[in-house]
Formats: sequence, structure tokens, C-alpha cells
Amino acid sequence: MIGNLRAVRAIYVFEMARAGRTLLQSLVSPVLSTSLYFVVFGAAIGSRITEIDGVPYGAFIVPGLIMLLLLTQSVANASFGIYFPRFTGTIYEILSAPVSYGEIVLGYVGAAATKSIILGLVVLATSALFVPLHVAHPVWMLAFLVLTAVTFSLLGFIIGIWADGFEKLQLVPLLVITPLTFLGGTFYSIGVLPPPWQTIALFNPVVYLISGFRWSFFGTADVHIGVSLAMTLLFLGLCLVTVAWMFRTGYRLKA
Amino acid sequence: MSPVISIKGLSKTYASGFQALKTIDLDIRRGEIFALLGPNGAGKTTLISIVCGIVRASTGTVTVDGHDIVSDYRAARALIGLVPQELTTDAFESVWDTVSFSRGLFGKPKNPAHIEKVLRDLSLWEKRDSRIMTLSGGMKRRVLIAKALSHEPRILFLDEPTAGVDVELRKDMWEVVRALRASGVTIILTTHYIEEAEQMADRIGVINRGEIVLVEDKATLMQKLGRKQLTLQLNGRLDAVPPPLAGYALALADDGAALVYDYDSQGERTGITGLLQDLARAGIEFHDLHTTQSSLEDIFVDLVRQAR
Repeated sequence: MIGNLRAVRAIYVFEMARAGRTLLQSLVSPVLSTSLYFVVFGAAIGSRITEIDGVPYGAFIVPGLIMLLLLTQSVANASFGIYFPRFTGTIYEILSAPVSYGEIVLGYVGAAATKSIILGLVVLATSALFVPLHVAHPVWMLAFLVLTAVTFSLLGFIIGIWADGFEKLQLVPLLVITPLTFLGGTFYSIGVLPPPWQTIALFNPVVYLISGFRWSFFGTADVHIGVSLAMTLLFLGLCLVTVAWMFRTGYRLKA
Repeated sequence: MSPVISIKGLSKTYASGFQALKTIDLDIRRGEIFALLGPNGAGKTTLISIVCGIVRASTGTVTVDGHDIVSDYRAARALIGLVPQELTTDAFESVWDTVSFSRGLFGKPKNPAHIEKVLRDLSLWEKRDSRIMTLSGGMKRRVLIAKALSHEPRILFLDEPTAGVDVELRKDMWEVVRALRASGVTIILTTHYIEEAEQMADRIGVINRGEIVLVEDKATLMQKLGRKQLTLQLNGRLDAVPPPLAGYALALADDGAALVYDYDSQGERTGITGLLQDLARAGIEFHDLHTTQSSLEDIFVDLVRQAR
């Protein structure tokens, strides 16, 4: 399927170099903001909350915080990565190159996902400085990390093609991703919600991501791990279908 | 020899309903420099964009060296280098990186020696580590050319390459183009500078309102449509062309102070000898004379005007 591996590498390296140039923004700022969450929610407020599901509150929020970061960064990275060449016009070169759509996606989404996975691991290491952490299922933890990074980088890619201005580029992360993540159990178990809200929360796809990721850390979860995995894969499938449709119709790429 | 690019029944109607190309049939010969002339909005860029894979055709087919641009796009596109009209460059990357990126994107293995040659030919070598955003417009244009040449294309599209470009770059560029042609690369260019088409091209196509109005060898075109004019500066003034000279295609100019004679420079008899003798017989004296040949620009303007 991959006929032009050099092109995939060229796009991938180009995108990774972009992150390298903006290291401060790419790495330092997410780590700093996550550390601030730790100070505020973990240390200040968390000291008044004993435990959730038998897990100290400081440790409990770690998976949620990593997911919050993973989701926002994946979307931001991937959407900007494809939107910027469209904005400047340099996309002409990608479109005129002997590359398949799959290779374009692999290059851009692969780079965006790599960046968020690195960030996720860095934040995980940072958290270990604040709270004692034990990962119950490391393989599953990595699997969820990669799966979520890829899925939301794909979503970011879709947004980057859909957006026709910088405002729209910010719109989805701001109005959709961030609220869903905060309401998806980043800082609490949805078990602590009043009953009607528990049911409503189950319509939030992010709940399944955070729940599954948290299960890989502590072995306990709001929803069954199988359901979490299925929902994540379903979302990944939806994104793949959307990207395939965009390329087939030339949506906002080819007149 | 089979054409290197073969365009058949190509048309393009944009989603807005605007028909940019009617039915285009065009063959580009291997190794030639083909100049595509046309006024703004004639469809030049749309045509190039379809061949390069940036715009989809509504109908018709294009093959590049026998490869269909849709079903066999990899083979077709790998042969083509494109220098777009707009200065669309990255901003933060270095010249070296962006040119190397293009080579990788087109599936070619790394070859620093080739990149160095391209950069040196385009006087970009000193700037190889500069960020593109720090370069002047002319330098950015050179970068775009370098990107297109980075992957050693066999066909090069230059879309308005000399728009807003200084004399030096134009000279450099034409040197590069001549060297490419000598190495067998086919070059298709669009330009507004008709003298350049006149100097550079082997064949000329004129496109207007989405239709190819004319395709001709440049020499043939110049011959076929190349009228010459003889202008005689008279010693006195005339009110009208004197009756004994009525048989010639003469016109008065400069308020009767000059006579203009239209003739075909390729014709068997230009009629100049007879005219001069008849002038002497009629007692009309002149103190100066010169001839002018219609340029490609005149031909082009005529063609486009006729089509309206």
C-alpha cells in the first residue's frame, strides 16, 4: 500500500522539525500547565479529598490529566500541521507529488501522534515527581496512549482540512474537546455524579477514553475496559472513514 | 516520436459553475520548450494544475509519458516539476531543508550533490542556511524553482516564472532553462512577457477563454502572421494617397507626413521596387525610411481580439 516511503518520511521529519523549532511551546508549556493542575487540584484541593475508588486523589487525576493533554495536543498539532500549508499555499507541492492519500495521512498524523505520545510520557514522568504512581497494566496503558493519540490526531487532521480560517481551527478544540474532557471525568469518577448526570455522561465519548486509561493504571474503572476499547476503536474507525471520504471527494483540497 | 504529454478532451467546470476550460486537446512534444500564452483568466493555470494533479478535470484524459494522471498518478507525477505562479513558500524552514524536503516528497533518495548543484545554479548556495522568510521575493522565486528541480523532473512547468522578477534572475533562469532543455527536459511555460516566448519557445500555444486558439511552431507562426511595414518619411505633406499609387496597400500617417506600406515579407514579390519607382515617377520625395515586423505580441493581441 505504501509506495513512496520517502515521502512519508519527508513529511514526518518536516513536521517533527516544526515541533523541534518551537520546543518551548511544544513541550514546556504543556508540562507547565499540567504541573499547575497538580498543584491546584492535587495538592491544594486534593488534600481535602481522601480517596476515589481506593486511589489517592493526587494519583487518581494523573490519567485524566494525561488524556486531557493528549486530546488537546493531538488535535492542535495535527490540525495546524495540515491547515498551515493550505493557508500558505504550499499544499500545492503535496498535491502534485507522487504520494497517495494514505501516505499523506501517515506522515502528518504519524508526526502529530508521536508528538503527543512523547508529551504524554513526559507528563507521566513529571507526575511521578508529585505523587507515588504505580501502573497496573503498562502494556494496556501504552496501547490506550497510542490509540488515543492516533485517533485524535486523525480528528485534528479532519479539522485542519475542514477549517477555512484560524478561528475555526480553534473552535472545535475550544468548544468541543475541552468541555468534553473536563466533563469526561478528568478530575472525578463519574460515579460521584448524581444519577441522571451519570447516564448523560455515558454519551460523552471522552468518558470511555479516560476510564479505560485509568483502568490501565489502577485496575478500576467507571465502565468496563472492553467497552472503553470498543468505543475508542469505533471513534478511530469513524475518523478513518471521514478522512477517506474527504480525500475521495477532494473536499477543500482539490477543486 | 510520441508526445510526452497528451491532453484529450479536457474540460473543467468549477463548483461555482465557472467553466475555466472548454474542450482542450493538446500534445506536448518531448524535449521542446512550449510557451502557453493567454490573457489573465484564460485557463493557463487551471490547465497546468490539472496536469500536475492539483485540480481535478471535469472530463477528458491526460497522459504523461504514457501514464494516465489519474490511474497511474505516481509514475506521471514523479516526472513533473512545478514552479507555481504564486510565491508559496514555507517561512521558517531553511532553504536547504525545504529543497531537500521536495526531493524526498517525490520519492527520490537523498543526493546532497544534486541539491548543491541546483542551489549553485540558482545562486542560492550562499543562502542555503537562511530561513525562507528572510529572503527577498526574487530569492523566494529561486527557491521555488530549486524545489521543482530537486527531484530531477523530466518535464518542468513554469507558471508565469518571470512575473515580478528582476533582470538578473530572469537571465539566470533562462540559462537554467536552456541547460535543462539541452539535457532533454521538456519545458512548458506560461508568460506575459511575450518577447520571452519569442526568444525561448520552440512552439507557442495561445489559450483564450478556456480554449486553445492556436498551436504553432514559433517560426511558422512568425512567418505566417509576420507582416512587415515600410514607413517613408516624406519631405512634404500629402492630403491623400496619390491616384497613381492606388494599387499599393498604402496608408497615410503623421498627418500626411509619412506613407506606410504593408507587405508580406515572406511573399515572392514584396512590391517594394515597384513602389519606389512609382513614387519617384509621381514626384514624391522622402528623407527617411524604416521597416518594422509585427511582433508576437501583435499577433497575440490580434488573436485574442478576434476571439471576442
